[in-house]
Amino acid sequence: MRTIKILGTGCPKCKQTEAAVRKAVADLGVTADIQKVEDIQDIMLYNVLSTPAVVIDEEVRIKGHVPTATELEALLSDERLISVEFK
Amino acid sequence: MFTWIEWLADKLVFGILGITPETHLGEALHFFIYDTVKILLLLFLITFIMGIVNAYFPVERLRSFLQRNRLFGLEYLLASIFGAVTPFCSCSSVPLFIGFVRGGIPIGVTFAFLITSPLVNEVALALFLGMFGLETTLIYAGSGILLGAIGGWVLGRLRVERYLSDWVQKMATQPAITGDYTEGGQNFLSRLPAILQEARSIVRGVLLYVIIGIGIGAAMHGYVPEGFFEQYLGGGQWWTVPLAVILAVPMYANAAGIVPVIQVFVAKGIPLGTAIAFMMGTIGLSLPEATLLKKVMTMKLILIFFGVVATFIILSGLLFNLIL
Repeated sequence: MRTIKILGTGCPKCKQTEAAVRKAVADLGVTADIQKVEDIQDIMLYNVLSTPAVVIDEEVRIKGHVPTATELEALLSDERLISVEFK
Repeated sequence: MFTWIEWLADKLVFGILGITPETHLGEALHFFIYDTVKILLLLFLITFIMGIVNAYFPVERLRSFLQRNRLFGLEYLLASIFGAVTPFCSCSSVPLFIGFVRGGIPIGVTFAFLITSPLVNEVALALFLGMFGLETTLIYAGSGILLGAIGGWVLGRLRVERYLSDWVQKMATQPAITGDYTEGGQNFLSRLPAILQEARSIVRGVLLYVIIGIGIGAAMHGYVPEGFFEQYLGGGQWWTVPLAVILAVPMYANAAGIVPVIQVFVAKGIPLGTAIAFMMGTIGLSLPEATLLKKVMTMKLILIFFGVVATFIILSGLLFNLIL
């Protein structure tokens, strides 16, 4: 189970990012808990300077742009491999 | 470079639609198609170039550079230039502001970035290039960058950090976050799809505004009499510049919608300095931006911030009217 957080104060780009993440998760069949973090004080806990940002398992993986499907696919499948290795 | 668009518009309006070039409608339609295609193309190119610059010099890199180097005043200019080349997103300004303050960057330098970021953005540049040409675009961008640097410096000297929201002040006293910038380790080709997607989505996002703006501009060209504004506003009275800025601040318009209209104003007799000041007031200072900043600043600071920036916009407008 992945935890994916989308950091952004609610601009159009952040909404596009959320849609892209949801689509990638559905397409890849990953089980994930997707959360939107909109409060600025919470966002700043991740020390990002530009939003939208995507945090996967508490690690900032994308910042400042809407991720492409390919980028997300690489990130999500990468994570899956790592988790298998550690088991 | 643009002759093929001219040819395209010719074929489409006079050939396929069969409208004669001498008519009012034919002329307006030709103008509309030519300008729209040209501007969308420029917009895509500029966003693409900015995307590449941004992939290699993200703001994180600027922050760690500013933390490590003493620049003896040049840091204001550097932050301002960065604000110009970073694709602007209003919702990014707050995280960026806090991130800089927390990283120990002087507040004036942070403001320099914050002023220029909306003022000189990709959409404004593309529209200026398309409607006014290279010289005016360079004047606009150059004065915007200078204005950001000087405005930031002045705000720093006013020691406005006293007026930040409590929680931001508390955060600023904590040890600075260094967070050195580390390369993502991605090569150019793997970044390209994201950059292209970004450029496409920006063009798509402003498409409607460009069309509406150019449409209004095209219509006004035909129906507003020559020298109309000159009679009322363009006679070089100094007070028209502050008036234009005061009218502009509460207005919130996309650069894409405002430049084509301003171009008509200038063509019909408004001095360029007044027009540029109006444009800067519209896109550089806005009420939605003030609402966003309220999360990190007290009302007093927002008023000081807007006051300082508006003053410099007025001064640069007056200066342009004198020298151009």
